[in-house]
Amino acid sequence: MQAQQYRELVKKKKPTRNSFKNMFWAFIIGGAICALGQVFLDIATALEQTKAEASAVTLAAMILLGTILTGLGVYDEIAELGGAGAAVPITGFANTVTSAAMEFKREGAILGMGSKMFIIAGPVIVYGILSGFFVALIKSIVLGLF
Amino acid sequence: MNRIGEKTVTFDKQPRIITSYTIVGPLEGLGPHALTFQEIMPDISLGQDTPEKTERLILEMAIEKTLQSHNLKAEDIQFLIAGDLLNQIGTSAFSARGYSIPFLGIYGACSTFCQALGLSCMLIQGEFAQKVLIGTASHYQTAERQFRYPIELNIQHVATNQHTVTGGASAVISVDGEGPRIIDATFGSITDYGLKDANDLGSAMAPAAFSTLKQHLTDTGRGLDYYDVILTGDLGIQGSKMLKLLLEQENYSGLERLEDAGVQIYGTNQQVGAGGSGSACVAVMTLGYLLNKLNSGKVKKALVIATGAMLSSLSVLQGDSIPCVAHAISIEG
Repeated sequence: MQAQQYRELVKKKKPTRNSFKNMFWAFIIGGAICALGQVFLDIATALEQTKAEASAVTLAAMILLGTILTGLGVYDEIAELGGAGAAVPITGFANTVTSAAMEFKREGAILGMGSKMFIIAGPVIVYGILSGFFVALIKSIVLGLF
Repeated sequence: MNRIGEKTVTFDKQPRIITSYTIVGPLEGLGPHALTFQEIMPDISLGQDTPEKTERLILEMAIEKTLQSHNLKAEDIQFLIAGDLLNQIGTSAFSARGYSIPFLGIYGACSTFCQALGLSCMLIQGEFAQKVLIGTASHYQTAERQFRYPIELNIQHVATNQHTVTGGASAVISVDGEGPRIIDATFGSITDYGLKDANDLGSAMAPAAFSTLKQHLTDTGRGLDYYDVILTGDLGIQGSKMLKLLLEQENYSGLERLEDAGVQIYGTNQQVGAGGSGSACVAVMTLGYLLNKLNSGKVKKALVIATGAMLSSLSVLQGDSIPCVAHAISIEG
């Protein structure tokens, strides 16, 4: 069999992902994380003076939660089921940083953990800032601020 | 010349596997063939601070216990051939430090075991050695970090992902003594059908296994049914399916004799995707599961085909395809 034919055969015989099941669990897990965030936000709103302060406290709490669950070795299990539902919320972002920090701790605090901590999260930050810039630029143009 | 056909080497000295030792991790220790392995690790780290050190310790233990079990000393052995998955085959080099045996480090990814076995037989057949020690080890956590992502990262695995086996195996191949005999070996050439999916190494490796198997059968004039068992390693569920399709297309019969080390090492309820992989997988399955069957007479003739996906994390990121290789060794009880 030629390589080209074989590649086509592989494509045909590859097990398909169960999208419905994946979407269902992403909805449940992602929804649960967001609902928990909402609970924190409601509590923080009652305790803090301004809305900005309340959301800062909520984000910190969710990041802490993601970090602790990663440290306990639970977050990757949640993500195995929840997929993007666990990866997209800020708890998932905390997981990318913490998991890399845990992994590279063995090579020392500076050249190991310090330099490799953002190995997964780095691109999110870089392209987050970049896309933020372009969205702001488009908004400015549309609103005629130039 | 000790050759038959185009690419197969034969050993009329029929070197024997006189002793061996297999160690597996706790997860593999829950698999259906756990009883055929000599040792099951109580935990994944064995008290070491890093998984890399654990992997070294596994190989050291396998080598030491292989020698001990047959009262062999370093001076009885003429060569030590070892390999593993890590960069610069560090595990093998570190583990061989304690032995004043000439060391040959090899890399064949998951095909390392058959490569070592075949080379050891050639050294014996060529009268360069009477006894050769071979060994390999792999560890789930070291392989994940080198080839994939941090262990605790939020990754959703796909059905074709394979799980690197934690374990190690070692054996002494000797010109005399008791044990299963090695009859011939077919070393494969690199086969690359242009597949690029690092999450489906089984499909990438199946053509390599097919090409070596076909070459072996052509060279020796045998059919699949000449063997009681043909143990491939580690195509996993997906790769085994693809290998069978390739064989069916060319009308081979006796496909029911095909077994895969990666598929067999774990139970179906262990949630390890398409099965096991890693250089230890086919090594422990051959020296544990298969040797057990050969020694008890349940299997008389077996062919082991170890397949290796020779990718690196760099080649994957640079968009390269996956070069694969497979080596076949025929063993008789």
